[in-house]
Formats: sequence, C-alpha cells, structure tokens
Amino acid sequence: MIAADQPIQRPPRARLLVVDGCGRITHAPRAAFVDLLRRGDLVVANDAATLPASLHGVHLPSGADIEVRLAGRSSLAADDVDEFAAVVFGAGDFRTRTEDRPLPPPLAPGDRLRLGPLSATVAALLDHPRLVSLRFEGSPDAIWAGLARHGRPIQYAHLPAPLALWDVWTPIAGPPVAFEPPSASFALDWRALRALGARGIAFATITHAAGISSTGDTELDRRLPLDEPYRIPVATAFAIRRTRAQGGRIVAVGTTVVRALEQAAARDGVVRAGEGVATERIGPTSRLRVVDAILSGTHEPGSSHYELLRAFADEATLRRADRALEAGGYRTHEFGDSVLIERRARGVACAPVWRHRATA
Amino acid sequence: MGPRLEAESTQDLHGLRVAITGGTTGLGLALVREVLGRGAAVAFVARNGELVERVAREHSGSYGIVGDVAKKDDVYPIALQIAGRLGGVDVLVNNASSLGPTPLALLGDTECEDFERALATNLLGPFRLTRALLGALGASAREGRGAVVLNVSSDAAINAYPGWGAYGASKAALHHLSWVWDEELAAEGVRVLSLDPGDMDTPLHALAVPDADPATLKRPETAARELADAIAAALPRRRVHGAPAAARVAAEERRT
Repeated sequence: MIAADQPIQRPPRARLLVVDGCGRITHAPRAAFVDLLRRGDLVVANDAATLPASLHGVHLPSGADIEVRLAGRSSLAADDVDEFAAVVFGAGDFRTRTEDRPLPPPLAPGDRLRLGPLSATVAALLDHPRLVSLRFEGSPDAIWAGLARHGRPIQYAHLPAPLALWDVWTPIAGPPVAFEPPSASFALDWRALRALGARGIAFATITHAAGISSTGDTELDRRLPLDEPYRIPVATAFAIRRTRAQGGRIVAVGTTVVRALEQAAARDGVVRAGEGVATERIGPTSRLRVVDAILSGTHEPGSSHYELLRAFADEATLRRADRALEAGGYRTHEFGDSVLIERRARGVACAPVWRHRATA
Repeated sequence: MGPRLEAESTQDLHGLRVAITGGTTGLGLALVREVLGRGAAVAFVARNGELVERVAREHSGSYGIVGDVAKKDDVYPIALQIAGRLGGVDVLVNNASSLGPTPLALLGDTECEDFERALATNLLGPFRLTRALLGALGASAREGRGAVVLNVSSDAAINAYPGWGAYGASKAALHHLSWVWDEELAAEGVRVLSLDPGDMDTPLHALAVPDADPATLKRPETAARELADAIAAALPRRRVHGAPAAARVAAEERRT
C-alpha cells in the first residue's frame, strides 16, 4: 500500500473498503460511511485527545541525548501524571525509522533524565533495557505545563514534516490521555455526527489511553499493546444496552474501542460503566461479545491491530481484503484510508457472492 | 439527606469543570472566585506567569495556565492543560479581551496591527480555543452534564461608539459566531452564549475610559454572579448532584 505522508485527517478522496459479515468486499468513499449504517445502530468512538508524548532530553549519568516516548499509564486520573511507562530511544528523531534509531545508553533504576523543563527518574526497567517506568518530579500542574511546553506528538518517518497537536487531535478529542492518536476517529467530523443523528443512528464515546503502535524493536513490539486504562461513561453503557436490546449493531470506531468494550464485557457480556484497564489481547480466537463491526485504518499483517481484525474476519477473508487494498491503491498509516469490517455472520446463511451481485 | 432543593441547586455548579480565559484580573478574576464558590473546579488562563501563580495560590481548587489565547501556537497547549488538568471541560468562558489601540482611536487613526490584535484576542482566540475543546464539551453534553461556551460580549458589539471600532467590530463578530455556533451545536447539546456584562470597574475599562467615575460602574463581582447564573440556567437541570444520565441508568438497573 501507499504510505499517507501528509497529516490531513479527512482528505476529500479518502476511501473505505467494506467487508460484510459474509466476507463480501465493496469499495466506498469514506465520507459516505454513515450511509452504510442502519437506523438503530450505535457508533462508539474513542474521544481521547493525544498527549505530546515525545520528549527530547538528556540522560544525565552519561550526558547522552535521548528521546523518551511516553507509552503507558496506570489510570486516567488528571493528577496521576507522575508515573508513566516509557520507551527510550538514542539520539535523533522521528526522521529516522524507529528500527534504525541508535540505542539509548544503558539505563538503570535511579538514572536522572532532563527533558526540557521536566526532570524525571528511571524508577524501574520493565523487563527490557529500553522500556522503563519513569517518574516525573514536581506537581501535576508543573508536569502538565512541562508536557504542554516541551512535548511533541509521537510520529514516524513516513510523515516528513513535524506534527503539531492540532494535526493529531481528532474532531471529538476530549481528555488528553492517548499516547498516539486514536486515528480511526479522524474520519468523524461534526458533519458526520449530524448525519448520524439525522439517520437515527446513535453516537457515544469512551475514553481509552491508546498506546504506541511501534517501537522499532521486535521484542518490544511483541508486547504491544501495553495495558491501557479506559473509562466508559454511564450514558455509553446505557446506549449499548439499549441498542442491543433493540437489535441494533454496535459499530466501533478504532481498535481501542473494541479493546475497551470487550474487556468491560469479559465477565458476563454486559458492558458496565466505569474505569478499567484493558489487559486482554484480541485476536483470531477471541469471541467478540459486544462489537458487531469496526471502522479502522488499514493495518500491516503481523501487527497487533491486524491481529484484532482477525476476531472479525477469518484469515482468508482478510487476505482477500489485503489484496483488494493493494490492488485498489489504498493508502496506509494513521492518515490513510479506512476499512469497515462486519463481524463474520453467525448462523446466518450467506448468499453466494455471484447471487448477491446479480441482485444488487 | 434527600435531594437538594431545586431553587438552590439550579444555581449550583458543583462538580463542573470550568475554564476561564483572562482569569487574573477584572471580570475574569471575579468569575474564577464566583464559580469556585459554587463548587466548580476551575482552570484559568492568563499571560503573566507571576500573576497566574499568585492567583492560583490564593484560590485553592483553581489551576493556573500561562498562555496567550491570541497566539495560534499557544492555543493547543492551553487546551491540553485545561482538558488534562480538569479531566475534561463542561464550561468554557472566553473572557480575555483586547481593546485594540490604547488609548482608544478613531478607525481612521487605528494601526492595522492594533486592529489585528483585537481580532486575534477577541475573535480568533475564542474560535480556536472553543474548537480545540469542542470534543471535550461534546462529551460532557453526551454524558448529561451539559456543556456551555460563554463568550463575553459588549454593548460595543451592537452600538456604534466612536473610538471603539476595533473592539466593537471584533466583539460583533464574536457575537455572530456565537449565534451561528449555538444553532449548529443545538442537536449536540452544547450551548454557545454571548452576553454583555455591562460597563464594569475593571482594568480594561480604565484603559478605555481613564476618567470614568468608578462609582457609576458595575462591580465585576455583580457581573460575575449574573454570568454564573446564566451558565447555570443554560445547563441541564441538576436536581441532585451528578448527571441526569446516571440517575436514568440507575433507575433502569433497578427495573431489570
């Protein structure tokens, strides 16, 4: 696929590859995704705004330049910002591909880091020489002010120009708790929300601290996604129950929404409101209990996002979808095109594709 | 204890998250005090770091943010700190204002740079900050907490006062922007208000009319009380502390 290399959230020509519950593939303009939904459906999106989670600075014991990428946190509490999980890189920045970045100096608990106006200490190594628990000094106010002044959005080499916060905050961005943008929500603008309402399709949000998508280290990448805290509002839990009771579909915008809702329903299939931490990985053997369809970006086979899609569609279907994306010249990465995948039909007879075409 | 009396709780802002720009002097400072007194958590924004720190220190429950809403590059860092520190936002008061040229000048004598500053502070700043926080405001509305943007206007937005051209034009535009945005967001449950607090005894007024008799001017505390009442009235009725949606779901759960 072609890498989307401009930070344009809603390019007018953004495309959508649609895989229905019978594995049939169709193409649509992404702006028309609302037309593919049905009255009574519920769209659930992640309203997390994105932190400027890339912090350049110095590893004081060695004097070496480093980049710290904040990657995880134990809760969403506004004043709980002194401790983060973080991935440390050596000198350089996003212009170098993560897999080609130099390693940071050896890190040890107690090492002090100066990150612009912020001071931090390596509290612990998290079973990997580059994944650390980082503790910031100072009050929550000072930490927020320091992040606002010094932090930059995490970005990768496929985007040549430095990103600003306005590039990565989705139109529905609320609490800044994500480490990378929940980019499936780039597709949502206020016009789309209005169109949903006009068509009798409900809209609700959760807040999920989306983590980082890649570290450039194979072993670390295998550990992604890290545990991610989330919050499900009462109104959202209520909307999900009402939608399911009335036979509507739950359409998740982005992998983080699937992760949060399925975690929240893991006990008995009922999504309850409140805070939680998503620890489960969703993959081909997961049984989806809540989400009926996902609107997502296009993902590379092997990535954790791709694994999650395997809970919706079988391997052969996803392979056909990949080939269609490739053949259709779809664009990939966070500012790229999208897919809408309906969970494979259970106990429903799927008409053969040729008959579907004949009657369409 | 039963639910609070409605007459009392309709004025109450308990548990709400309020952001106020220009919060260290005049009407903004009076608003910080007023909404804190009504039980809200408050983040306020101003340019002068020392003043921000002092006001924050003197008002527990408030968070001070240093920034200039007129500067494009400051707006997202401000929004980040507001939504981060408060965990979201229910009420945004765009209060920070610039007169344009001081002393006030006839339009024919107004430097373009002064005119641009009035537009940047009074129109573009509120537009940018509101837009950056619109996701957070929309979430508050969906969760039943309600969401209000209050743009501080002026009678100079309506009347043609010689010498108030830059200020009046920028406030007129802000007034119209509020009007359109309120219409557009009605379905989402976000209200956008534009209110004139009246001529007050504030540093801004002293800059505009240095020889005004303070005794003839409104006290900023009085205007702050009226604006806080208007905010409370624009929010969904809160019979008990907590979101109406919460009560609805609790009732639903009792039934099932």
